[in-house]
Amino acid sequence: MSVTDRQARAYIDSQAADMRVNVELETDEGMTLNLGPQHPATHGTLRVIAKLDGEQVVWADVAPGYMHRGYEKLCEVRTYPQVTTLVNRIDWLGSFANEVPFILAAEQLMDIEAPPRATYIRTILFEMARVANIVLFLGDLGVQLGAVTPAFYAFRDREHVLDQIESVTGGRFHPNFDRIGGLKDDLPKGWIADTKAVMERMRGFCDEIEDLLFGNEIFEARTRGVGVIPADVALSYGLTGANARASGIDWDLRRDTKVGLAHDDVDWRVWTHPDGDSFARCWVRLQETREATKIVDQLCDKLPGGPIMAKVPRIIKVPAGEAYVTTENPLGEMGYYVVSKGDLGPFRVKIRTASFSNVSVLPWMLKGVYVPDIITILASLYFILGDIDR
Amino acid sequence: MGKVPAPKVPGLVKGLGVTLKTMVKTTFPARGLKTLIPAPSKGAVTVQYPHEKETPANRSRGVIALKEENCTVCMLCARSCPDWCIYIEGHKDTAPPRRPGGKPRTVSKLDRFDIDYALCMYCGICVEVCPFDAMFWSPEYEYSELRLADLLHDKERLGEWMQAVPDFEAYESGSDQKPRKVPR
Amino acid sequence: MIATTAPLVLAELAWWMQTSLRSIAVLLAVLLPAGTFVYVFLFKMMSFMQSRLGPMEAGPYGSLQLLAEVGKFIQKEDIIPWRADRRLFAFAPYIVIASVFLVYLVVPFGPDAWFVDFNVGIFWVLAVSSVSVIGILVAGWSSANKYSLLGGLRAAGQLIAYELPMVLAVVGVVIQAGTLNMQGIVAAQADGEIFGWSGIGNPFIITQAIGFLIFLIAMQAELTQTPFDMPVAESELVSGYMTEYSGLRFLLFFIGEFASAGAFSAVAATLFLGGWSVPFLDNGADWMNVVGPVVLLAKMMFVAFLVFWVRFTYPRFREDQLQQLAWKILIPLSLVNILATMALKVAF
Repeated sequence: MSVTDRQARAYIDSQAADMRVNVELETDEGMTLNLGPQHPATHGTLRVIAKLDGEQVVWADVAPGYMHRGYEKLCEVRTYPQVTTLVNRIDWLGSFANEVPFILAAEQLMDIEAPPRATYIRTILFEMARVANIVLFLGDLGVQLGAVTPAFYAFRDREHVLDQIESVTGGRFHPNFDRIGGLKDDLPKGWIADTKAVMERMRGFCDEIEDLLFGNEIFEARTRGVGVIPADVALSYGLTGANARASGIDWDLRRDTKVGLAHDDVDWRVWTHPDGDSFARCWVRLQETREATKIVDQLCDKLPGGPIMAKVPRIIKVPAGEAYVTTENPLGEMGYYVVSKGDLGPFRVKIRTASFSNVSVLPWMLKGVYVPDIITILASLYFILGDIDR
Repeated sequence: MGKVPAPKVPGLVKGLGVTLKTMVKTTFPARGLKTLIPAPSKGAVTVQYPHEKETPANRSRGVIALKEENCTVCMLCARSCPDWCIYIEGHKDTAPPRRPGGKPRTVSKLDRFDIDYALCMYCGICVEVCPFDAMFWSPEYEYSELRLADLLHDKERLGEWMQAVPDFEAYESGSDQKPRKVPR
Repeated sequence: MIATTAPLVLAELAWWMQTSLRSIAVLLAVLLPAGTFVYVFLFKMMSFMQSRLGPMEAGPYGSLQLLAEVGKFIQKEDIIPWRADRRLFAFAPYIVIASVFLVYLVVPFGPDAWFVDFNVGIFWVLAVSSVSVIGILVAGWSSANKYSLLGGLRAAGQLIAYELPMVLAVVGVVIQAGTLNMQGIVAAQADGEIFGWSGIGNPFIITQAIGFLIFLIAMQAELTQTPFDMPVAESELVSGYMTEYSGLRFLLFFIGEFASAGAFSAVAATLFLGGWSVPFLDNGADWMNVVGPVVLLAKMMFVAFLVFWVRFTYPRFREDQLQQLAWKILIPLSLVNILATMALKVAF
């Protein structure tokens, strides 16, 4: 009996499909799996190339750059207020926190200080950005590990923080509120009381997440001992923020450097954890959120009166010079190196972002882990693509 | 690599309790299980748009309104826009002198003032920079169009948005600023 | 299904009419619980647990949402990846659906309302429910997608590992009931006594509580629901073995997932909760054939509520933790349960 063309082709295709899989599985290095750039687990368009032996990773590498928007080039042709607008969008979840180091660097070049009321409100909004960012991390952590419900609780409660930011600045996600010399506008009536109520609610959310996720034995089994980063490796790869503190490094820029924020006037503590595994990273962030709500409460109580803007000329020309200011942003250490030639806008802005360095530890860390652990590690390292690629 | 979870039940049970509690709170918002009045529409935190709408904050950046009488065609807003989405054209005209026997004055007349909302970043630099109180924010946000070109709002439409501009709110205690007035 | 309830009417029906009535009945028996579960648990219960309302636009309170989704899936383009094995790719969903239908065949819905009354009913259920493993493997392999392959392999390991605790949990029930026949198990629960007291019969959920727990956990794993949803780990493998499926084929997998949840809940309700029987009602009457399915549906909803409650709350296990749970904890526990049942059955 003769075989039709179609049947012959179908047979050849099925043999070829089998061969392809067999060849891949039988090579020494194993099957190459591309996680990304489109993938539900990576927070955006990050590509992780992994060579697998069964379910274990033999070799991994990170290929960022799919979201590069050319920030540093854009900043060369914009004025200072325009750069402030653009810079909101680097770490888009904790957006006010992006403006702060840039404005502080410009203020350093102009040698002016914002009045105390402006400094306090700047710090309040800075910590609220931290709360908004990390609350979303806690919700997303559940989703990466398979629990869908914490994400909804996170978005539900984060909405209140965003409402408070909107009632002050006019924008939920992109406040564009910091100005050289102070802030754009003052607080509306009733904001302090509302914010304290919202912070109380966020503490309630932290307790709920602790019951729902952190106390869960399955969560502990998935995260304890997974992705351990010893302190020396963390330092050598330049990990900052909660990732470093979870490996036991006691380093927090809010306490250890003098910048124009009001953290010295409040009573707060730095949270560290000795383990350095994924559970430690998530746990440290949970505690930091609680701490941030307490900082906001204390600052709201102590808010001084006075002007919201220092005496600056209408058209601001920042004198020539260079300044580098880093702050403890929600994702880690973020810094702006501003070079000015006396113009309306900066000559060059170099942006040091936390996620770029945080992600560099992945090739070292992903050797020998299982595929589900890749996701746990990516989730617990917590990066935002806008922060990596700018 | 992974430890078997020891048979210590409480953590797992607590998690179940959290979700059950939320479900009960959503289904029976009025006094929970004591009086079983199911009202999930009130218990849910979501808003069924477009049947119900939330009111945005007073300062919310929805759309920009233009008070044409105050505009002197100084072009500061067009220059300060990061996206260059404001298109302004004007011409100089002569106006009669203020006092009889004086020199005729030159005034600028606004021919064209368009804002392209397809490009606008809603940053507010133009509103902030205007020295003559000609631009204001309005929380109005429902102006989606079917065609991209319709997102270019011209002078008349921007003037109509002035009706949606709310008054400035009072400031928090401790502030030494007084709220400005919106020219109506 | 009602082939013997109205003998006067139906004995006169032609064989082809009886067959078509049975086919419609089995379609209803499979699809109605699946649809109910999708609406009540996936659309509403999950939404209420997440402080939101779920779909509300299609039909009153979103009740027609599933219909809208079915319509949407049916009219989509049929995409088969270029390098996939076409025949196997097309065939895989039907294997999974077939195993679901086969399970429903032996579940009794009333004293005379059943499709097939095997002597080895529960044995048939356990054997046939493993057929879906083949379907999942075939789907994963033939998709020409590494994510699907990983999902399929994980599914194979997991589903085979959790067959054993399920079987051993059922053995305890069978020892207590004394028969493998599903109707017999229902009768044993309806007419049995707990240590001499026959108020509510002998629902095996009380006397086989550990067995029920093991069965629930094994069921969760067999349905690949969180915390055992490694094969469909949405945040890792996009959709696991279902990644390349779209349109009608995906709909078959989706409905198959909920239909098999219904099937296993029906089996669990029959084995542990007493099936269609209610302790205080006459279990032989003719009207019981109408009330029985309703009672069974209510019990299925209870079991499914537990399954979906756990699904929406917990994160997922890693593959090796999953296997350790099955082999090192559940199987020894179920063996102990069997020994205890044997001892108590002989003693009392």
